[in-house]
Amino acid sequence: MRALSFPLYLSLLAFLALPVRAELSLLNVSYDVSRELYKDINPAFAAEWQARKQARIEINQSHGGSSKQALSVAAGLEADVVTMNQSPDIDILVERGALVAADWKRRFPHGSAPYTTVSVFLVRKGNPKGIKDWADLARPGISVIVPNPKTSGNGRYTYLAAWGQALQKNGNNAAEAQKFVAALFKNVPVLDGGGRGATTTFTQRDIGDVLVTFENEAALIADELGDERFEVVYPALTIEAAAPVAIVDKVVDKRGTREAATAYLNFLFSPAGQQIIARHHFRPRDPAVLRQYAAHFPAVRTFTVESALGGWAAVQKTHFADGGIYDQIVEHP
Amino acid sequence: MSAASSGLLRKKRARDTRFEHSNATREAPWVKRLVLSLALLFFGVFLLLPLILVFAEALRKGLEAYWAAIADPDALAAIRLTLITAAIALPLNLLFGVTAAWCIAKFEFRGKQLLTTLIDLPFSVSPVIAGLVFVLVFSTQHGWFAPFFQYWGTIASACRDGAPLAVAYPEWLACSVAPVLGDTKIIFAVPGIVLATVFVTFPFVARELIPLMQAQGREEEEAAIVLGARGWQTFWRVTLPNIKWGLLYGVILCNARAMGEFGAVSVVSGHIRGMTNTMPLQVEILYNEYNFAASFAVASLLALLALVTLAVKSWVEWKAEQSLDLNNDAQETSP
Repeated sequence: MRALSFPLYLSLLAFLALPVRAELSLLNVSYDVSRELYKDINPAFAAEWQARKQARIEINQSHGGSSKQALSVAAGLEADVVTMNQSPDIDILVERGALVAADWKRRFPHGSAPYTTVSVFLVRKGNPKGIKDWADLARPGISVIVPNPKTSGNGRYTYLAAWGQALQKNGNNAAEAQKFVAALFKNVPVLDGGGRGATTTFTQRDIGDVLVTFENEAALIADELGDERFEVVYPALTIEAAAPVAIVDKVVDKRGTREAATAYLNFLFSPAGQQIIARHHFRPRDPAVLRQYAAHFPAVRTFTVESALGGWAAVQKTHFADGGIYDQIVEHP
Repeated sequence: MSAASSGLLRKKRARDTRFEHSNATREAPWVKRLVLSLALLFFGVFLLLPLILVFAEALRKGLEAYWAAIADPDALAAIRLTLITAAIALPLNLLFGVTAAWCIAKFEFRGKQLLTTLIDLPFSVSPVIAGLVFVLVFSTQHGWFAPFFQYWGTIASACRDGAPLAVAYPEWLACSVAPVLGDTKIIFAVPGIVLATVFVTFPFVARELIPLMQAQGREEEEAAIVLGARGWQTFWRVTLPNIKWGLLYGVILCNARAMGEFGAVSVVSGHIRGMTNTMPLQVEILYNEYNFAASFAVASLLALLALVTLAVKSWVEWKAEQSLDLNNDAQETSP
């Protein structure tokens, strides 16, 4: 018995370790709420690749708060492509270890962002607290759910949307904007690590009067959990978030997967890819597809980080660096 | 034998009721009932109810959906990874636990106190910190071993492209080891998950064995050696039978933790679907995808593993107590 058990154990281990995947594979490291999108994109791309190359390809996915994901890639998670929701999470891969080429924004059309989305409000059915615009979120007694701007792109866009519209309202007075955003964040009882965590807090744990999140996430909640519990509110002015994608040069060169990675990202910009994107309530770049799904995407006045806030580098420095305005707001509300 | 067991029974009954019979320690019936119902209430609300809920939620959409959730390739991969991790972590910790306990219980040496304290480190350090430390040490980009990984990585890609190598040893040698060494992944891959699991389950076996071996003392080993047994013989024939049940108990606890660990594994996993997600991570992912039934289905498997572990644990405890009682009996009856 004793003599038998060791070989038995070894063979068990061998059996468990056996299914090693040998064929061509890509790893797409992405942000938190893009899971459902890539669940549809990946098989569609694999089918196209199969038809064109007569070869199997497998796309593996990893999801989480976007900055956390970027840091994992910087620490050695071997992503062939990164698909994020804000440029800084790709820029950090340029700075740290030169994983991504500095000109990544020019490698693909539309600044390497295959789709955009906007920050919207999700409120409980019937809008019992009467939330219509940003000003309502800073009212005393309103509980606002936002993911952590330090770890999540979704939270960062919410913060910047609040800031940008306050700037416009107050004639570019930064002190007034800071006062407004501080009042808003005072109403935030929990900061979840990622967009999906915030959704769960709002929809499952029933905390908060309003969830600020991306349009696509709000639409998905309505799809998954039924329309009867929540409704979407579009503020008068909000931020447009472009979701950038990039090839991780150092990894594709090491793994020899550049061709497949490029084809994969190009697929996102193709009509077929744009269709899938629009079906998941992301605003597609292709004007024809956008027209086709116009009913999903109400016209809304937007600004971008580049157009209103001086670009990501400036925003990063003044707002999110250690001791920046965000820290001041959270530490001394 | 029958005399011995009936004696055991008598002794046991006497031990159970002595407390109740003495006036000094007897309580009014209502106190007894209150304490009992309070304990049962807590047990029901905090332990039993959640357990039932896990299974109820898992089966809400019916058995078919339950099986579909578990037969999902990603879920199967998570189950497989959890089993692999436990299958590697257990023997390692078994070996470590036995050697550490042996050293501490049977020998006197400098730094013994320090070693005893260090064994407890994984209990006192938050698992998240443990995970982060592994990322810092083993990162292929900026960890301690990053230069090593990057050196072999460049050689591997040079070999693949047929570029000339500037190495002081034969090229065929470099090109045969480089693809393996250059492609070695520790964190964000299975080795990192195993490392993190080994770390957090480090103390279980040793913690269980040290008091046991200390209580047993060195006399039996000394006797064996005086009678001419060699080191290994002493271990297999004397020490191991004595610590058998304690050892098994430690291994079971170790296994429960290895399969259920979330924090440390979450940090080093990389969360690649179907590749580096263990069962606890898979539960979280499914839950975050509104896939509640599937999430609870995987959770129920984990709970089932825990229940089995618990059953085996009780059996081991009972066995251990029995062997202890018989030993004591034998000692008492022998002149």
